[in-house]
Amino acid sequence: MSGWQRFAEIFLNADVLARYFPAIVSGFFVTLQLAASIVLTGIAAGLAFALMRSAGLRVLNWLIIFVVDLFRALPPLVIIVLIYFGFPAFGVSPSGFVATWSSLSLVLMAFAEEIFSAGITAVPRGQWEAARSTGLGYAQTLAYVVLPQALRITIPPLTNRTIAITKGTALGSVVAVSEILSQASSAVSLSANPSPLLLGAAAYLVLFLPVVVFGRWVETRFAWKR
Amino acid sequence: MPGIVETFFNVEVIAAAWPILWHGLLMTIGLSFLVIPLGLAGGTALALLSTVRHQLLRWPLMAWVDFWRAFPPLVLLILLYAGLPFAGIDLGSFGCVAIGFLLNTSAYYGEVLRAGIESVPAGQTEAARSTGLSALQALRHVVLPQAVRNVLPDLLSNTLEAVKLTSVASVVALPELLFEAREAQSVTYNPSPIVVAALGYFLLLWPLVRLLSRLENRAIAGRR
Repeated sequence: MSGWQRFAEIFLNADVLARYFPAIVSGFFVTLQLAASIVLTGIAAGLAFALMRSAGLRVLNWLIIFVVDLFRALPPLVIIVLIYFGFPAFGVSPSGFVATWSSLSLVLMAFAEEIFSAGITAVPRGQWEAARSTGLGYAQTLAYVVLPQALRITIPPLTNRTIAITKGTALGSVVAVSEILSQASSAVSLSANPSPLLLGAAAYLVLFLPVVVFGRWVETRFAWKR
Repeated sequence: MPGIVETFFNVEVIAAAWPILWHGLLMTIGLSFLVIPLGLAGGTALALLSTVRHQLLRWPLMAWVDFWRAFPPLVLLILLYAGLPFAGIDLGSFGCVAIGFLLNTSAYYGEVLRAGIESVPAGQTEAARSTGLSALQALRHVVLPQAVRNVLPDLLSNTLEAVKLTSVASVVALPELLFEAREAQSVTYNPSPIVVAALGYFLLLWPLVRLLSRLENRAIAGRR
């Protein structure tokens, strides 16, 4: 057998690939579901906190900044493990899915808050003043004048950050979420063959490569004008 | 139900686990000093390659960077750790982490440094060359210093992420902070060691987060 044939026999074993394809596909949908829920809650919570911060209440802002700093400084895997192994002491045992979803949502919330907040501050004060002087209320100014300008410049950094954080769904395998990596790993131990790992790797690329390419497009489309 | 303090800050458990947690923290710091230079070196190489404006180089480089941006680092690590031995290659957990980080982190550093180099006006290179500096000298003494300064917040942010990412090495049994904390937790059935580990990461990285936040705010103020 040639070298390539031996390699293919081990790493791209057709029998093993066919047997575990359904497991990887089901993992793919778990990953997709996990990623989508993280993006939704993380970004929504981040925006909510950024809006609260724009009100400029000092004590509230310190609190927000501390929470943001906390979840920027802690490694996501540490938060996942902490929630998964720590919460049962309160009498609530979160599933691996809930632990991963809540942890990564908190991380994305922190980064999103920072980015949204920066975007809101980047809108010149004159815009606020002009809008208020035309008779718009605070909320109206925020909604119709400030946010549309702020969100535009937050899109590129937010996209990149969101991709980096949702890739972290693979960390769920550590707390027994049956997502792609976890399915692939158990398939490897069951079959004593590494092919499912390569299939899993391919599944991640199918999911994230289009998003990365989209992110690149967004970066040029919404770039800061220098 | 036992008290919160007894559960999450159990002094006895923490005292017993302290030596291995301390060892884990030192390992995390040591690991960071290994993976950051590796990532920076790889990233600089990628960024310098991208200054060669040739179609044959440009597309493969972009594909390379995008590939690693789409690929979860943990998957890469497991692939190296659990997959390669089937080919008779056993890198050990340390070797896997080093190679995994080189591939993953350098792609991110490379992208940041490329943006930095592109942010330096072409006139700078032209002026440097006209004073008699060679292309390499112009790059080293004129372009790179300005490039690094222009993207300093992004470089630091990447570095922060790289240090945080070392926690993933716990999955391949490298005895860093999170690994040791989980060991202690599984022996004592008490989450205090993980709380202490989290505190360790926070104290280690909070100054960097603060600094970053300031730099980012200043960058935004400058763009206004």
